[in-house]
Amino acid sequence: MTELADHPAAAPPVEWEMATDMVRRSLPFTPAPVALGAVFHGVDGALSAGFGVVLVLANLVAAGALMVWGAKRSLGVLAGVAVGGFALRLAVLVLVVSLVKDLSWVELVPLGLTVVVAQVGLLWWETRHLSLSLAYPGLKPPLGRS
Amino acid sequence: MDVVMLAQEAGAADPTAGLTAVGRGIVYGGAAIGPGIGIGLVVGNAITAMARQPEAAGMVRTTMFLGIAFTEALALFGFVLSFIISG
Repeated sequence: MTELADHPAAAPPVEWEMATDMVRRSLPFTPAPVALGAVFHGVDGALSAGFGVVLVLANLVAAGALMVWGAKRSLGVLAGVAVGGFALRLAVLVLVVSLVKDLSWVELVPLGLTVVVAQVGLLWWETRHLSLSLAYPGLKPPLGRS
Repeated sequence: MDVVMLAQEAGAADPTAGLTAVGRGIVYGGAAIGPGIGIGLVVGNAITAMARQPEAAGMVRTTMFLGIAFTEALALFGFVLSFIISG
């Protein structure tokens, strides 16, 4: 059980648990977008799709880490990190894609499609594995635990 | 004068370059407004909920994280589209 600490946002690191769980669950499916990229755009498409998956996973992990860091401090810091982190992470994404978009192996269509589909798909898939109860506020408990 | 000549030469090379840049700005700017408002609403209401019910902070943070990430997908649509427009 979670003990209330000195501020209302204190809770287990649910965002980090969700982000790392999404990374773990996505690994078996990563070859699918890479294969689709290879079918429609060749080797460059496969590399771009793989890079898109890496971008999405890194973005989710960064979001989880930032929010856990903010939640350990106070509600105000959590709010600032949640809203400011969104702007910061988008800026980093724009910077990274701007830096790589002119490289020879980058195909923007498979990269972009992979980013959007992976983000929405991973989140939708993760909703199936959430408990959202007071005892287990994040992920469902492992089988055998009540 | 030299600047005007250079601009004309650049325009002759690709007359749509400037319009593409404007289009990218409009697409990305427009796509960032909605998620900005949405994430503000999500976070604001989550903070209110945690302040009112601290024992439910874990559940609230879970739904807040999901809400932020789903809303962020809208911004990613615009981000991706703006890069695809630029070719």
